[in-house]
Amino acid sequence: MSEITRIETTDIADLARGAAILGTGGGGDPYIGQLMALEALRISGPVELVATENLPDDAQILPVAMMGAPTVMVEKLPSVDQFVVAVNALGQYLGVKPTHIACMEAGGVNSTIPIVAAAELGLPLLDGDFMGRAFPELQMVTATLFGIPTTPMSITDDKGNAGIFNTVSNLWAEKLARVVTVEMGAASIISLYPMRGNQAREAAVAGTLSLCVRLGRAVKQARASHADPVAAVAEVLGGRVIHTGKVLDVVRRTTAGFARGKATLAGLDRNDGTTLTLNFQNEHIIATRESTVLATAPDLLICLDIDTGEPITTEAMRFGHRIALIAAPCDSRWHTPEGIELVGPRYFGYDMDPVRWNQVQLPQ
Amino acid sequence: MRIGIDVGGTNTDAVLLDGSKVLVGVKQPTSPDVTQGIVSALNTLGAKHRFEADQVTAVMIGTTHFINALIEARRLAPTAALRLGLPATASLPPLVGWPDALVQALEARAYLAHGGHEFDGRHISELDRDEVKRHAADMAAHGIRSVAVSSVFSPINTEFEREAAEILTAELGDSVAVSLSHEIGRIGLLERENATIINAALRELAQQITDALISAVRNYGISAPVYLSQNDGTLMDIDYTRQYPVATFASGPTNSMRGAAALSGLTNCAVIDIGGTTSDIGVLSNGFPREATGEVTVAGVRTNFRMPDVLSIGIGGGSHVTAAGLNVGPTSVGYQLTERALVFGGSEFTATDAAVAAGYAQIGDPGLVAGLDKRAAKAALNTIAQSITAAVERMRVSAEPLPVVAVGGGSILLPEVLPEFGAVHRPEHFAVANAIGAAIAQVSGEVDRVYAIPDGQRDRIVAEAKEEAIDKAVAAGANPSDVKVVDFDEVPLPYVPGNATRIRVKAVGELVMEEAR
Repeated sequence: MSEITRIETTDIADLARGAAILGTGGGGDPYIGQLMALEALRISGPVELVATENLPDDAQILPVAMMGAPTVMVEKLPSVDQFVVAVNALGQYLGVKPTHIACMEAGGVNSTIPIVAAAELGLPLLDGDFMGRAFPELQMVTATLFGIPTTPMSITDDKGNAGIFNTVSNLWAEKLARVVTVEMGAASIISLYPMRGNQAREAAVAGTLSLCVRLGRAVKQARASHADPVAAVAEVLGGRVIHTGKVLDVVRRTTAGFARGKATLAGLDRNDGTTLTLNFQNEHIIATRESTVLATAPDLLICLDIDTGEPITTEAMRFGHRIALIAAPCDSRWHTPEGIELVGPRYFGYDMDPVRWNQVQLPQ
Repeated sequence: MRIGIDVGGTNTDAVLLDGSKVLVGVKQPTSPDVTQGIVSALNTLGAKHRFEADQVTAVMIGTTHFINALIEARRLAPTAALRLGLPATASLPPLVGWPDALVQALEARAYLAHGGHEFDGRHISELDRDEVKRHAADMAAHGIRSVAVSSVFSPINTEFEREAAEILTAELGDSVAVSLSHEIGRIGLLERENATIINAALRELAQQITDALISAVRNYGISAPVYLSQNDGTLMDIDYTRQYPVATFASGPTNSMRGAAALSGLTNCAVIDIGGTTSDIGVLSNGFPREATGEVTVAGVRTNFRMPDVLSIGIGGGSHVTAAGLNVGPTSVGYQLTERALVFGGSEFTATDAAVAAGYAQIGDPGLVAGLDKRAAKAALNTIAQSITAAVERMRVSAEPLPVVAVGGGSILLPEVLPEFGAVHRPEHFAVANAIGAAIAQVSGEVDRVYAIPDGQRDRIVAEAKEEAIDKAVAAGANPSDVKVVDFDEVPLPYVPGNATRIRVKAVGELVMEEAR
């Protein structure tokens, strides 16, 4: 499969849809990110996409991301230049000029925000990220597994306030930045994990922006040819559909600043007569059908509209939604002991070992 | 007695009701002139069933005028969009993502100003009155006749939108209409703002159309109040319609489904509307259509209107039958049924031919399908029943029994009984279900806001939200003894401590009507 070497306006809709698929229920409304990327590309032209293996050792990479509540971001949109301000604040603190921009998270708005920054700064963008999906916290990145510190990190708001963190651990960066983000109106733009090319080559999940575009195209093409878009997504990800159902109930509660909750899906078609529960903390964590755990994080649990293949975020999930649930493999490094400690079910408060996407035999 | 009128793009339906009893229903082509169409519908009603103008207690009208005006980009007022939220939000100014042709049709101008709130009610920045005045002067210089005002998190705090409206009216005069986003839409700035701009662009037309509707009804001698149906199937009065024409956008499918259900006496059911090319399937719960979950794009503009959730499948009366009846649709002879179907002397085997051959219905000349393979006809009807059953099954959300109501010209394709769902209800007067849906006299009140919920206070806050929705319904004319909450949804805002939670409540009640004299 030929990888994409630059991002143009015509790629953005596909990329945003693919990013929402990798968002596994979280990552926020991809539409806002899509509009901002379109505007940026319209004004500044296409963004060059650089494969991770082509990064020179001395490349200076400054990733950029949005931190906060996606539900706030659909209301309080970023100011002009907020992404550029975040990147420049970190670059100035470090006394370096960035050569590349990167995504920390391939899911949701954080896959499109770096496109805006790259376009506005006229810099190339890394074709990859450091999760291979979406996760809710800053330290949940492959960079942590490779000892790359979150900080120095910049944090900026829509009003022009900017700050720098230097923390003793990546977890501290998450804790402190979360508090400041809330004070900034529950949405901030951050630049973090400054790293060199050799570090990124090792730590990045390669090719995930290309993957987003391929996923989005697969859905579009399947629909255009009246094929099954859900099957098309499962094929691109090398995963499988583990349940089809209708949302009977969604229970949500906010604990420690996250949207935890549980969706109940009554089975459809071959799953008729069964009930599946999906536990989520922004992203989907555990899928259980009739007391059998079918799959868990860190593998990907993806809810798609059964007919259109459109990804459905946990916030948008409502009674009556008809959903196909796909389980797909995550980056293999998440299944190391260190990876499981960082993003496995126990970190999210479920006392169990992870269940892989293909571990459970499904009834035919 | 009350009168329901549905003005569609093609047909205008009218019904006369006594309580819930349909006295008479008529259907006729829609006329280009609004007044003439209504007068003609009233005359036809009166000719079929004599009634005195003073016996009428209310006239309810459903109309597609406003959505069609937007889609056709005609009769739209020069409109400005003023957004309060600087320095935030400037990355995506108002009208972003709109089709260029529509922006031109509106002669639309976008303005950004300071103001707006954070999720927790703090100010992003203070409103700058001089800045708003400067924008107003520019609007005046460009001939703007209607203004849409949106402010960040205005569903939480409305103060800045209200203050800006006062300044705009003081600067531009009463003749320039001002539409405020918190009165139109929900959380989601761009979608709410878009809906508000659309509303603003329709304000002049709303004035003209409502004047025409009123004068048509009054000319007939009816002095009863006139109401229009809104998206959720409840009613709004004329003054409200003038301010919020955008609230009529989804009334067509909503009225059709609610009318079908009312005719069958069911409040929880699936409604199958089988036309010439497609079947539309929706589900009513507590008398209201279940809403679509996604965003809704109207005329190329993304909004967050609430539209009914409808599943369309490619089976209708004109669908082609192939493979000895194992395949029906999605291709169809469409509106040319009366020329191309076998029973009308045509040469194409359609679903209607199968229904006639099997004795489900008498349409056209049954003799023309006498020679048809009976097994193929049976197989086709079986295929149709299975496809419709599967589609209804998809729309069903609980194991509770779900009765089905079939309406539309193609409802003859269905058997008496669907194995999974029991008897198929086929109400009388289904051809004018839209007008009957319009005449269902209910009004609603709604709350959609983000609350900070302290520990142990949830029940109190939920109760307050419900109370407020009920109060709004009563203010809209609902009978206080009858209003109840029909929809409740609670979504915590992720990442934000303090249990910030978005609560949506809708309350609905019967409209209080003056007794007939």
